[in-house]
Amino acid sequence: MTAVDTRTATSGVRVAALAEIPPGEGRAYVVPSGAGEVQVAVFHHRDGRVSAVDAVCPHSGGPLADGQIDSCVVVCPLHLNTWDLRTGESTSGQARVRVHGVSVDDDGGVRVTPA
Amino acid sequence: MKKEQGSTKRLVLVGNGMAGARLLEELLERGAGDLFQITVFGDEPYGNYNRIMLSHVLAGEDGEESIYLNELGWYAENGIELRAGVRVDDVDLPAREVVDADGGRTPYDVLVIATGSSPHFPPMDGLRREDGSLLPGVSGFRSLDETRAMLEEARRYGTGTTPAKAVVIGGGLLGLEAAKGLQNHGLDVTVIHSPAHLMNQQLDADAGAVLRRSIEEAGISVVTGARTTGLTACTEQSGSGRVSGVVLKDGRSFPADMVVVTAGIRPNTDVGLRAGLVVERGVVVDDQMRCVDQPETPAGPGQVYALGECAQHRGETYGLVAPLWEQATVLADVLTGADPDAAYHGSRTSTKLKVAGVDVAAIGQAGPEHPDDEHVVFSDVRRGLYQSVVVRDGRLVGATLLGDTRKTAALQQVFDRGLPLPEQRVELLFDLGATAEGSVEDLADDAQVCNCNGVTKGDICGAVASGCSSVKGVMDATRAGKGCGSCKEVVSTIVEHAVAAGGGALTEDPSVHWYVPGVPLRKDELVAAIREQHLTSVSSVFAALAPGGAEDAKSKMGLTSLLRTLWPTEFVDERDARFINDRVHANIQRDGTFSVVPQMKGGVTTPDQLRRIADVADKYGVGMLKVTGGQRIDMLGVRKEDLPKVWEDLDMPSGYAYGKSMRTVKTCVGTDYCRFGLGDSTALGIALEERFQGIETPAKLKLGVVGCPRNCAEAYVKDVGVVAIGGGKWEVYVGGAAGASVRKADLLATVDSPEAVIQLTGRFIQFYRTWGNWLERTYDFVPRLSIERVRLVLVEDSDGMCAQLDEEVDAACAAYRDPWKEREAPDAPGRFSAPALPLLPLPVVPRRPMGAPGGTPREQLPVEIVMPNEEALVSGAMAGAQQ
Repeated sequence: MTAVDTRTATSGVRVAALAEIPPGEGRAYVVPSGAGEVQVAVFHHRDGRVSAVDAVCPHSGGPLADGQIDSCVVVCPLHLNTWDLRTGESTSGQARVRVHGVSVDDDGGVRVTPA
Repeated sequence: MKKEQGSTKRLVLVGNGMAGARLLEELLERGAGDLFQITVFGDEPYGNYNRIMLSHVLAGEDGEESIYLNELGWYAENGIELRAGVRVDDVDLPAREVVDADGGRTPYDVLVIATGSSPHFPPMDGLRREDGSLLPGVSGFRSLDETRAMLEEARRYGTGTTPAKAVVIGGGLLGLEAAKGLQNHGLDVTVIHSPAHLMNQQLDADAGAVLRRSIEEAGISVVTGARTTGLTACTEQSGSGRVSGVVLKDGRSFPADMVVVTAGIRPNTDVGLRAGLVVERGVVVDDQMRCVDQPETPAGPGQVYALGECAQHRGETYGLVAPLWEQATVLADVLTGADPDAAYHGSRTSTKLKVAGVDVAAIGQAGPEHPDDEHVVFSDVRRGLYQSVVVRDGRLVGATLLGDTRKTAALQQVFDRGLPLPEQRVELLFDLGATAEGSVEDLADDAQVCNCNGVTKGDICGAVASGCSSVKGVMDATRAGKGCGSCKEVVSTIVEHAVAAGGGALTEDPSVHWYVPGVPLRKDELVAAIREQHLTSVSSVFAALAPGGAEDAKSKMGLTSLLRTLWPTEFVDERDARFINDRVHANIQRDGTFSVVPQMKGGVTTPDQLRRIADVADKYGVGMLKVTGGQRIDMLGVRKEDLPKVWEDLDMPSGYAYGKSMRTVKTCVGTDYCRFGLGDSTALGIALEERFQGIETPAKLKLGVVGCPRNCAEAYVKDVGVVAIGGGKWEVYVGGAAGASVRKADLLATVDSPEAVIQLTGRFIQFYRTWGNWLERTYDFVPRLSIERVRLVLVEDSDGMCAQLDEEVDAACAAYRDPWKEREAPDAPGRFSAPALPLLPLPVVPRRPMGAPGGTPREQLPVEIVMPNEEALVSGAMAGAQQ
């Protein structure tokens, strides 16, 4: 389990330092959300941006954080289904995933606001 | 009920056999009863019967009564006057009258001659007695009377204490039927056939040989290439002057209590000749079955027609029933005016029947006749199977099926309609793999086409309906064909049909030729650009060569593989460009855990290795321990964060069971223990695996080495397979497969040392690395280039590239590093420590119960067990099967 810093700031929950996510890769975190918790896959794009969507692929429970990405989509490692990281819509005919709010704070911390 | 003369025309039919009877039926169907007053002459005193069934009567399978088509009463019921047993001798054309044997004259307005044919009796000494009649005991096999007589004699002779002997002269269709029939009655039967093989009218020599074996196995003796020149008779004193045997041209003689002559038929043309009609082999007719060159009559053009076996149309006479039926249909159309322009264009003859218990179908030509004819033959003599097709200019012009005639209907359709043929002609005879063209139309919409991704025909058609017009577009939209890929051909066919049905035109997505979808270049163009611009990282390739410099997730893995091949040492490794398996050196499973397969070179292991594997499995709660098809041990269900510790405890190198790379070398026991081994396959397999371990290839690469052609380690179906053949020699095969596709590998070369095997294998691997497309297995790569071309380049060095290939593969092998050593210094934070899933309890694969093979101790079961969803999961192209 990856520990999550639960300090709540104005812009969501800090999950990691951006430096902990290699460029072009993703990591999964559990983020408190309302009454429960939500699993979020956070991606660090090569251009420096970050994206966050549900960590579990709706097709068969695949770990999206282990998928390959480009500036637009993530490819699930199990069956190569694809989702648009900006809209959450699947580009291969699957159900959509939720897009979560994510930003990088001044300390280089990645902050997630569950949808 | 006679019709009033004057209101109707008089139609006289000479001949009451199968052609005549069929014509009557066709005429009545078209209302001819009101148009014509019909008179039929038949020289047999019966109604008409099915002559084809006479062999069944002879065999005792059917009674006489069952073979009648129309009995005498039928004629009266239909207002037809039947003159049964009355023979017509002549026709007075000018007077328009037929003259019968009794001298009676019958006027006609329309005359149809359907006198059929008679058995041909070849000239043989002693065949006839002085009065011209046949020697007693000798008969043809054509009429009901002949059949009755044969039956009576067979019953009489067949019940004797020593089997009576029968000789059948002529081993065609009818002769074999007669032989079988007589044998059924207990006679000892010999068939003597003058041509070199049986049924030479329908079969070629090879098929004839197969048939002969089947006939002989049924207990009938066969003599071929032997002409019967004489018959011997019992002396009048001892017998009744009956036949006693036959004498062949070569001097051999065979005793015979009865002789049946089935040496062909001759059209009965006497009536036509006497009438002065044009007669060649038969009575010559035009396309409306009208006799040619007949004198004009006051009533207009001549109204004399001929059909059936006595007629000759466009140079052909026919002895089979199907053409007679076609002729009768045309003539009935013409005579009744139902279709005054009806025309007969000749028949493509085909036969499907059981000859003496053997199924035979013959369509068109028996064998090749032109130098360019293609002749595809399958023959299994022991099982009595022979199948062949003859193809000319891309059209089926002949087919022969013996022993198994299930393909007859399909072939007949292809033959009749001139349908396009499969590129692999042998598919005409056998269903090979994928669904063939044409049958996709028969698929139901809910029929699943892609079993990997659960895509139905309806899904594919739906994608076309919503605008996709290229195969690739449909595949992208539905994921059909994106699993194992074995359904791609069917998917393409369905797309083609659906696009055509919608009135559109199939488009080709140009990206099908690109090495990866995100960079619009073919592999050779891409390689040239990468070298020229010295691009050593995936991100630099996108920046320099992709449209707008945009990266593409689905292109990263292929580019990583290519760059590693091109730059063995200079490659800049960007881990995000690797697939997850290659980031963590293990194969991802459906529940997000991984499988670990340690290297076990050549499938040879040690007690110490096995102990370590057992200890690790216990320590880390391995969900399943499985012996793989690649001769090693798979540890399934390992958590990502445990991978480095598992590798450390194992202290074995990676088996690369996850990569697009050389996977494993299967071997057999070789020479150490095996009593058959011809070469030390185990040692060579280990050497190959050590040499090429971990080398990246366009798709996975599986090797096998066997110590003899018994092929225990399946080398013939490997990407590279090596077979010891004795005398220190080894055969090297390439391009085999036994996965979603099955293909026997092609022999590349035979070499004479293990070192030469290793060199040639390396050369092939580097050649494949250089020219193979991304994810193109060798079983597609080798046929694409052709084995001849591969052999020229790699064995004969036709392109002078062998030295370079050897050098490049040396460098690639030298760059090998065991990836599991990364446990000591992971490339990035959280590489293994950050689990992707599950972070929360999720559906997991149930562990095997305690005590079961591969089972887990109960205390290590996950807290929550939820049944997995029912969806069948099959590894995708990237996830790859585990070995």
